[in-house]
Amino acid sequence: MSILASPRPQTPRRAPRPAPSAGNRRRRRLGLYLMLTSGALLSVFPLYWLVVIASNTTSDIYKSPPKLLPGSHLFENIEAVFDKIDFVAPLANTLFVSLAVTFLVLFFDSLAAFAFAKFEFPGRDALFTAVLVTFMLPMQLAIVPQFITMVNLGWVGHLQALIVPAAANAFGIFWLRQYIKSAVPDELMDACVLDGGGFMRQYVTVCLPLIRPGLGFLGLFTFISTWNDYLWPLTILTDPHRITLQVALAQLQSAFGQDYGMIMAGALLATVPLLVVFLFGARQFIGDIAKGAIR
Amino acid sequence: MTLTASTVPAEARSSARPRWRRALRAWPAYAAIAPFFILFLCFGLYPTAYSLVLSFQKWNGLGAPEWVGLDNYVQLVSDETFLLSVRNTFVIFALSTIPMMIIALVVAAMLNNAVRYSTTLRIAYFVPNITSVVAMAILFGAIFGESFGLANALLNAVGLADVKWLSSPFGIQLTISILITYQWTGYNAIIFLAGMQSIDSEIYEAARVDGAGPVRSFFSITLPLLRPTMIFVLIVSTITGLQSFTEAQVLTGGPSTTNPNSGGTGQGGLTMVLYFYQQAFSHNKFGYGASIAWGIFLIVLVFVIISWRYSVKREDPTR
Repeated sequence: MSILASPRPQTPRRAPRPAPSAGNRRRRRLGLYLMLTSGALLSVFPLYWLVVIASNTTSDIYKSPPKLLPGSHLFENIEAVFDKIDFVAPLANTLFVSLAVTFLVLFFDSLAAFAFAKFEFPGRDALFTAVLVTFMLPMQLAIVPQFITMVNLGWVGHLQALIVPAAANAFGIFWLRQYIKSAVPDELMDACVLDGGGFMRQYVTVCLPLIRPGLGFLGLFTFISTWNDYLWPLTILTDPHRITLQVALAQLQSAFGQDYGMIMAGALLATVPLLVVFLFGARQFIGDIAKGAIR
Repeated sequence: MTLTASTVPAEARSSARPRWRRALRAWPAYAAIAPFFILFLCFGLYPTAYSLVLSFQKWNGLGAPEWVGLDNYVQLVSDETFLLSVRNTFVIFALSTIPMMIIALVVAAMLNNAVRYSTTLRIAYFVPNITSVVAMAILFGAIFGESFGLANALLNAVGLADVKWLSSPFGIQLTISILITYQWTGYNAIIFLAGMQSIDSEIYEAARVDGAGPVRSFFSITLPLLRPTMIFVLIVSTITGLQSFTEAQVLTGGPSTTNPNSGGTGQGGLTMVLYFYQQAFSHNKFGYGASIAWGIFLIVLVFVIISWRYSVKREDPTR
């Protein structure tokens, strides 16, 4: 801004740049798309490579030069995963934990955000500041005592140790509060009050229908990050029969590390559900992540 | 009993009723925010306070904890393995954050000029951030494997010698950095792009009339006006980068390792949080682990403050 505001006398003012000619512009655009496409290919290439390894036999992978195309052994490799370890339970556990956390976060965070955005009550601003301050505390500070708490509760090795502490979070409250402020008009709230509606009716009939897109973003975000969680599940899930996918994957690798075809089939199984969920709402998701950051 | 929405003038109510009556009337709002605060007290504030107490104790989880005062912290500042983990973390942080910021800026600038296929391109650049870190770390372990990895095969194809990606300390740090860069560049590019799109296009038009080309416009308009976004990205990258764990833990936890949380060859992949995890949970040193956690917290805090002040101070070199 300041560069434009303060003209610099020492640099002679150049003539206005003529708009580039049509041929020039086309060449420039071609170069732009060439670079963008190569970058995009580089970005998705590891996923392609995951499919290549997961669909070839391990001996094919060890060949030199390596095979560059997907093979026909994907299903054998997937079968091998299920033979080597119990992969169904981790899959089911991860799905259950991710869905439960997502549902609870959406419910508790939207309730709290609704109260912060639309109601006045003594101490509101101080309490909201407290929510923001909780952002600052890094996770590993709490892990050791949290582990001890879980021992005392008898939750070590159980899935509720992953679900209950994650059931509400500061990020979601902060994000949804902004969303509700701009998406839920006061007039509709007042109309609901005139109809004799209380807090819960305002929440259910006015707020929830209007913030569905916001809930969609937060839900997707929560689901993906819960699905990918590693440090806490690794710490707390001590029962080998009750683990999540990420922990199972890491165990698969450390136990059968040389059998690349099989391990990558496992990694692929852990990745595909996420990609499906993501592509489902990708367009809005990317827009909302960016909006949240520059706000 | 209903709660009135905030459109009702506040004075009308506050003058009529004392504070406690208003608080009582607002009980549904308090009930709505209660779950978060209850969970935070149990699983946020209480464990954090408890970990401060623990850091002054010696305890392996069995028997009674022993109060040792500042011993853990005295040990921490002279613990060579911890200092090594600090150094490793900063090497990985620098090797990943600097290329990531630069590439993300370039990608964002290009996306900003692309009109067609922009959604598809954005999704392609964003996808690495969605995939699980564990799966990608295992995959990168294969790509950067010594004898059969794709990376060395490519190097050989252009006549270069093998690189010891996963069997030398610097190789491990490089591989972890490449993985982090891979997973976060697209994400940051999308955020930079949003920042760029909020810049008024009239400014660019005025610059063009003044004779500035696209490169000049980028350095003189885009970069200075993007500073708030860049500060945001830098601080988020600092917080996450200095606390990296999964990449290092999985990449150095292959089948041949005897001690899974030690950071691989020469402990090159031992990051601060991995060392914390090793001490607290592989060696059951709960007290010492807690003091490492506080050490990491202080380092991250200091570093965030430094990058914050540095970027704010640099705000206006031209003014």
